[in-house]
Amino acid sequence: MKRTLKTTGILYGEELLKCPGMPTRKRMEQGPVAIIECTQEIPCDPCVDACRKGAIQIGEDITQPPRLLEEKCNGCGSCIAECPGLAIFVADFNHSPEQALLKIPYEFFPIPKANTKVLALDREGKVIGEVRVLKVSNPKKNDRTPVLSLLVPKERVLEIRHIRLKESI
Amino acid sequence: MKEVEFAIVGGGPAGLSAAIEAARCGVKVMVFDENERPGGQLFKQIHKFFGSREHGAGIRGIDIGSQLLEDAEKYGVEVYLNAAVWGIFDGPQLGICAEHRVFRVKAKKVLLATGASENALAFSGWTLPGVIGAGAAQTMINIHRVLPGRRVLMVGSGNVGLIISYQLLQAGAQVEAVVEALPHITGYGVHASKLRRCGVPILTSHTVKEATGQERVERAIIVEVDHQFEPRPGTERDLAVDTICLAVGLTPMAELAWLAGCRIAYIPELGGHAPLHDDNMLTTAEDIYVAGDLTGIEEAHTAIEEGRVAGIAVAESLGYIDFTRAFELKQQAKDHLGALRKGPFGEKRAQAKVRMIERREHP
Repeated sequence: MKRTLKTTGILYGEELLKCPGMPTRKRMEQGPVAIIECTQEIPCDPCVDACRKGAIQIGEDITQPPRLLEEKCNGCGSCIAECPGLAIFVADFNHSPEQALLKIPYEFFPIPKANTKVLALDREGKVIGEVRVLKVSNPKKNDRTPVLSLLVPKERVLEIRHIRLKESI
Repeated sequence: MKEVEFAIVGGGPAGLSAAIEAARCGVKVMVFDENERPGGQLFKQIHKFFGSREHGAGIRGIDIGSQLLEDAEKYGVEVYLNAAVWGIFDGPQLGICAEHRVFRVKAKKVLLATGASENALAFSGWTLPGVIGAGAAQTMINIHRVLPGRRVLMVGSGNVGLIISYQLLQAGAQVEAVVEALPHITGYGVHASKLRRCGVPILTSHTVKEATGQERVERAIIVEVDHQFEPRPGTERDLAVDTICLAVGLTPMAELAWLAGCRIAYIPELGGHAPLHDDNMLTTAEDIYVAGDLTGIEEAHTAIEEGRVAGIAVAESLGYIDFTRAFELKQQAKDHLGALRKGPFGEKRAQAKVRMIERREHP
């Protein structure tokens, strides 16, 4: 059977890259930008108002998947905690010559501390390797959805989607 | 006998919303709920809700519940808890059991907003302790803060199964797998992705065949099924789990609607037998309205909007607001219902609701 979001719960290859919330490779290389991994027609639109730059568009019909206007997005990450599906991430490909910065929502206790190492997991929950948490952002407006900034290998920006603390099994 | 203008059975999102809309117009409202606290299932919904940003999307279910309670209080809605409504009589009158006594309340209008109950699934060993409804697991972890078990098998990949699996992980349990008899995941892809990235397998075309254990569930045997849901011999797998959660759909709790003589129809897309209603949420029984999951299984936002329509219609029929204002208010709620039922996940329900209204008018 063909591997799709509908059969596996994971966005693979083309399905992911064709997603209207996906920035182009070129835009990703220019600096921080949101990656909105929302492809199905479900009635939901809080991401639109979360963006002060007007970079997320859904239109009249709230079941349309969000479209990222990549030239307007500055990668601020305000949308991450607003997404009820925890499907928005922000990547800064040029954080440093060696590493990218990846922001992910994380709704588990304990919340990791900044400057600790955690295990990075891919879309299937497999451990990819150790990464460092650079920052933990959990202001009141996130409504209890902390956002973690992770330093990750550049080539793993589209693979790492979750973390696990090192001490937990 | 106590008399009220508008008696509502069920203090969940539908009942509370109807109460708020009617009370806002000046109607004297009493809500009866058999639980010790109001809010229906909202107070165990710790996740942020989908929907439109104008109507509570991105807000956690618990906070939507608190807002409804606050509004109900503000408009003087009386909420009577630990009160089981066991009967409904001509008049209409409600038979109520509360505080160790039985009494009747007469109302000008009644709204039934009794919600739904979880479906069970029979398999070998299903009566062993440890086989529970997914909703029960959610009540345990999010209301009572008790883990039902450490290692869980979830049966069903609808949004209920996916969301509660995730909340079990958040509560510290391990979810060994989600099994789904259909060849595809039935809930939202984003909920499935959240689980997958935590390492939880979602096995489509699989079901639970057997639960085994001495005193309680110790193992689950799962099996692959074909397109007719027949198990494929030789594909059995053994999982060490202490809990099997069933998330295999819900059924409208239509008992009081049956008792009231409402015409009922079997509508599979809406979860089974449900009372027919018109676009004011009025049933075929005089002065009896319905809203929420009782009228077909959906979710909290649609329950809220249906409750609003019913509450406004009741205020209108009692003469508290004129028909132009009522029309305007109902239209807002109906537009929102239309938006919530769009797209591939909602369109079957949208069509079923249209059929439901047609069948009430032309049986």
